[in-house]
Amino acid sequence: MYEFIAFYIFAISTVILFSITVFSKNVLYSMTSLAAGMVMISGFFFLLGADFLGVVQLIVYVGAVMALYAFAMMFFDTTKDVKEKYNSPRLVFLLGGLMAVVFVIIFSAPIIGENLQVLSPITDGVGNAQAVGKVLFTKYLIPFEVAAIMLLVAMVAGIILAGKKMDKSLTTTVLPLVDKESEDEILKKESR
Amino acid sequence: MIGISHYLILSGLLFSIGFMGVLRRKNLLMLFFATEVMLNAVNIAFAAIGNYYGDLSGQMFAFFIIAVAASEVAVGLGLLIILYKKYHTLDLDVISTMKG
Repeated sequence: MYEFIAFYIFAISTVILFSITVFSKNVLYSMTSLAAGMVMISGFFFLLGADFLGVVQLIVYVGAVMALYAFAMMFFDTTKDVKEKYNSPRLVFLLGGLMAVVFVIIFSAPIIGENLQVLSPITDGVGNAQAVGKVLFTKYLIPFEVAAIMLLVAMVAGIILAGKKMDKSLTTTVLPLVDKESEDEILKKESR
Repeated sequence: MIGISHYLILSGLLFSIGFMGVLRRKNLLMLFFATEVMLNAVNIAFAAIGNYYGDLSGQMFAFFIIAVAASEVAVGLGLLIILYKKYHTLDLDVISTMKG
């Protein structure tokens, strides 16, 4: 009964919040509703018994990814509403509806699948985080390491792409030992 | 009781919301938000199917999707900042250089 109530609360709120994300004209509104929707999605993971996945969703998505978006907002002008020109809105809605039907069929295909077998079963009496750790560091060890390298590459790429003009930073510039006024002048010259 | 079909239908619904956003939006930042919605919808489907079969592999794939999404955001936002410095807008109609 509680699961029923919780599922419908989370489902309705995620659908509404993600609709606001997609259809809102203001970037800040859509970012905030995206963050709130991701919190609600972690609720589904807790309902499904995937505790560790829910915590990771909260930390990585709501914490890191949304903070990254919020920092990127500083570079863009977010106070203005987004103006967009739509060429054929009816076609978009028709295609979206058709794709919805197709995706529902694809996602519900495992219901009629028969020759599926469980590869790493969930055992009783073991906590979810413990079980996840065991499977992650035995069976999925190589994908885990590759994911770590991919995150490192993405971090380097992000720093290099966003920080092209940051070689003249205030913190890395070595200043000669001079008095305060000329130091400020050197910093001004450097930043030009 | 909530069955797997509830979760899968919800996941399909959220995915189609995100897909409609990808089709409809012209602002690049909004396109990023729409892809995030789609990735989250797929994560729900993976967790639900894993729970249905009593298998941990579904959760594993959801973890790797989260890792891919995080790196995608890092690289994509760097590219967006470069585009914004160059064109002073994120509108696809302005940025696009190809005819057609």
